[in-house]
Amino acid sequence: MMKRISRLLLATAFATLAFAANAQDTIKVGVIAAFSGPFADYGSQIEAGMKAYMKEHGDTVAGKKVELITRDTKGPQPETAKRLAQELITRDHVQFLAGFGLTPNAMAVAPVVSEAKVPMVISNAATSSITTKSPYITRVSMTIPQIAEPLAQWALKNGIKQVYTVVADYGPGIDAETQFTKTFKEGGGQIIGSVRTPLSNPDFSAATLRVKDAKPQAVFVFLPAGQQGISFMKSFNERGLADAGIKLIATGDITDDHVLEAMGEPTLGMITAFHYSSAHKSPENAEFLKAYAAANDPKVGAPNFMAAAGYDTMHVIYEVAKKLSGNIDGDKAMAAIKGMKWMSPRGPVEIDPQTRDIVQTVYIRKVEKVDGKLANVEFDKIPNVKDPGKK
Amino acid sequence: MIGNAIGVLFDGVAYGSLLFIIAVGLSVTLGLMNFVNLAHGAFAMIGGYVCVMLMTRAGVPFLATLPVAFIAAAIVGLVLERLLYQRLYKASPLDQVLFSIGLVFMSIAIFTYYFGASQQPVSLPPYLRGQIHVAGLDLGVYRLFLIVVVALLTIALQYMLDRTRFGSQVRASVDNATAAAGLGINVDRVFALTFALGSGLAGLGGGLGIDVLGLDPTFPLKYMVYFLLVVAVGGSGTIKGPLLAALILGIFDVAGKYYYPQIGGFVIYALMVVLLIIFPAGLYPRRV
Amino acid sequence: MESPPRAHAKAFRLPSDRWSALEIAFWLIPVVAFFAFPNYRVLGSQVLIIGLFAVSLDLILGYAGIVSLGHAAFFGIGAYTAGLLAVHGWHEPLSGLVAAAIVGAIAGYLASFLVVRGGDLTRLMVTLGIGLMLWEAANKAAFVTGGVDGLSGVTIAPIFGAFGFDIGGRTAYLYALAVVFVVFVVLRRIMHSPFGLGVRGIRESGKRMPAIGAPVAKRLRAIFTVAAAVAGIAGALIAQSTQFVGIDTLGFQRSADVMIMLVLGGAGRLYGGLVGAAVFIIAQDYLSGIDPVYWEFWIGFFLVLIVLFAHGGILGGLASLRARVTRRAP
Repeated sequence: MMKRISRLLLATAFATLAFAANAQDTIKVGVIAAFSGPFADYGSQIEAGMKAYMKEHGDTVAGKKVELITRDTKGPQPETAKRLAQELITRDHVQFLAGFGLTPNAMAVAPVVSEAKVPMVISNAATSSITTKSPYITRVSMTIPQIAEPLAQWALKNGIKQVYTVVADYGPGIDAETQFTKTFKEGGGQIIGSVRTPLSNPDFSAATLRVKDAKPQAVFVFLPAGQQGISFMKSFNERGLADAGIKLIATGDITDDHVLEAMGEPTLGMITAFHYSSAHKSPENAEFLKAYAAANDPKVGAPNFMAAAGYDTMHVIYEVAKKLSGNIDGDKAMAAIKGMKWMSPRGPVEIDPQTRDIVQTVYIRKVEKVDGKLANVEFDKIPNVKDPGKK
Repeated sequence: MIGNAIGVLFDGVAYGSLLFIIAVGLSVTLGLMNFVNLAHGAFAMIGGYVCVMLMTRAGVPFLATLPVAFIAAAIVGLVLERLLYQRLYKASPLDQVLFSIGLVFMSIAIFTYYFGASQQPVSLPPYLRGQIHVAGLDLGVYRLFLIVVVALLTIALQYMLDRTRFGSQVRASVDNATAAAGLGINVDRVFALTFALGSGLAGLGGGLGIDVLGLDPTFPLKYMVYFLLVVAVGGSGTIKGPLLAALILGIFDVAGKYYYPQIGGFVIYALMVVLLIIFPAGLYPRRV
Repeated sequence: MESPPRAHAKAFRLPSDRWSALEIAFWLIPVVAFFAFPNYRVLGSQVLIIGLFAVSLDLILGYAGIVSLGHAAFFGIGAYTAGLLAVHGWHEPLSGLVAAAIVGAIAGYLASFLVVRGGDLTRLMVTLGIGLMLWEAANKAAFVTGGVDGLSGVTIAPIFGAFGFDIGGRTAYLYALAVVFVVFVVLRRIMHSPFGLGVRGIRESGKRMPAIGAPVAKRLRAIFTVAAAVAGIAGALIAQSTQFVGIDTLGFQRSADVMIMLVLGGAGRLYGGLVGAAVFIIAQDYLSGIDPVYWEFWIGFFLVLIVLFAHGGILGGLASLRARVTRRAP
């Protein structure tokens, strides 16, 4: 009885809050991401993309002003992320939650949005199962299996039949390895060996030595973006594997547009699969890049897939606001989001009505020099890829 | 198979040499001043950034940047020692740990502010890249270079310690600072110069290691464990101790990852714990 | 015979177990805060829980003098124990706490054999090594722990069947406060007992303790076990109130942060952990809003300042101030 009364009181409190929130003239979006620490780039890129959208489309929609409230998780700290979500909802009365660069933070917040019925848009976290944790979660970025699967298909189609996999030994790496292996084997390919490198210890000489022993046609790699990718490639080149004709194929986060220039020459010729390249040729991407440069300080750096996802996050929020005329109700918002289709800077995208996850085109790119700078140049694509992690 | 075993050994020795050159300064300062300096990695980071900045902004060739890295890190070390560290020689280990952690945080924040949080791009000169074929084996040129440099440095250090006057002053102060002072040795000066030397070596190691270890502002925290590991296992106050420890740890780390990649990450920590249980004061303990 | 001069009479006071007025006032603060800051209850609950974790570190660091950079291992073990129990069907929270305490104690007892040997650097490295290995193990055993993605689905039944964990943090706050208070009272009693004095004796003069017949190694193992159990309870609290267990509960960052909090508040005074956690977490939350990047610089700077000038942290500083004002020995 006590439980029922307290729940009733809570529900009433929420309804009042929600009513009060909507009676305001602002649509508040709580952005939860890492803005400091080793993952500071995640939050910074996502916010930069959001600001680009708001610069291009103005900061009002359906007669209400859109306000971003950013809160810093400092990295993978689920208890902080959950607390920030609770505070944003109960104290700041946000109508949307967005951001979430890291999986554990998104997972911890899931029960909160379920209880509060607040729509949550994921701008980066890439583990498949996140969207299954709450009916109020949608994602506009990508999932790891969604990128690994088309890469395996492309490899098979292009005469690569024997692959050695090297991945970092943690959730995302294992997900990539699992999906790639599954798709590759199903298509008749052979995985002649695999190794998982420890997350914290950077020396790849042992891994590349094993690859050298096995002499595969190609090596599939998944490593955290940044230093590990660079170290691996150096070791790969130093050991003469590139000269021996072994191809290097990977998911696109290894040649992240934001750090590509810093990674330098060793990346040339690398083939990756990904959903967004800042070198993508389309009017929408050109608009995005222009708005990005106009809305942000140059210190923020080159835009990458997280900025593009931030941009699309705002698109979803604006569209929902337009459809609901500014009165954001959680259930109605999710209904509006399901099946939403639009032309993103990356290409055509859609939110799957069943899974609330993103369906998009995955491009195969090669790192080349364009106008004196390194870029991921797209040369092939696989359209309408759904997240295979949920099949 | 034998060829690979030698390859693994070679890589392990190269990795160990790199750890040694960065950690040797810590060993001597710990042995001399009994100061637990967790900020040692920050000096390596200073050396690394000096090299990168000189190469990218001033076009200085890689080999020429190394001595500059040594000097820059040594100067910073000297200044910090005179201003701050010397006040804490008699402080409790906890205070020393916390003080050095504080310095680490500050250095990370400062470098992030000036250089950004991302990896610094590093490209070695062409004559240091690739492999050479020696007796049927493929050896990485850069790793060979590392081993040679470290071997020469070690010989030089040991010579300095054994045959020069400064070296004997250092050894005397390590054994018994009070008695050394009583003999008229300017212990303060010995401390300051040794600290500077240790920091300089760390800076040199940082510069040498940027290609292998990468460079970003979190460098001191990321690799702190490994430096401390080498000194704790090797025993502080000597050069042989950390050298042996670094080689053992380097070889086992690479071998573990090559032969048993499933447990690869554990090997170095497990080995450290085991060695510390058997030799609680290190392989070559301080003669107290 | 004339009575001794006043100054000498105040030179040494035996520790007493009576609650001073200051202590009672201290515990009224979280109660008042509950009513005064209803929008900050989630933050408050986390301050209390991490505060308890810092107090557990104080037992081994402030009292026994062991510098540990791996204390988060026990925090994480407690968190995973409580989390896994809930994921596998046992949702009752209080028994989860007890289970976490027991598992933490066992882990602490086993680890204590490794920690009592060697000098300061060795102990530091062993504790660091244990913490790192545990992190690797938790990552490898992702099928059990959820690895880097974390353990979700930790549903906790309402406490006593009536108080469910609400979004405003009301239940979490009161639950944390109650548990922290009870555990603190127990620890206070322990540290004011002859055993506790013996532990302090080890820190102050470990070599002389055997001379008075006090077993050093056994005492160190005992306090280490107690500290690990309390850290386990704190870990369980965080798992239960967050309803999620992240691998960061075992990480180095957590071990380093809790040590900083303890030093900030003042080690060796039992209350230091609570004060330090409160100041650290609240300041971090406030400053993060202003400029996240510089937090790291300032915390490093204050740490250096505290070590150089404000020995004994906040409580130490307050105690010296009080001594100067009342001309008493602190």
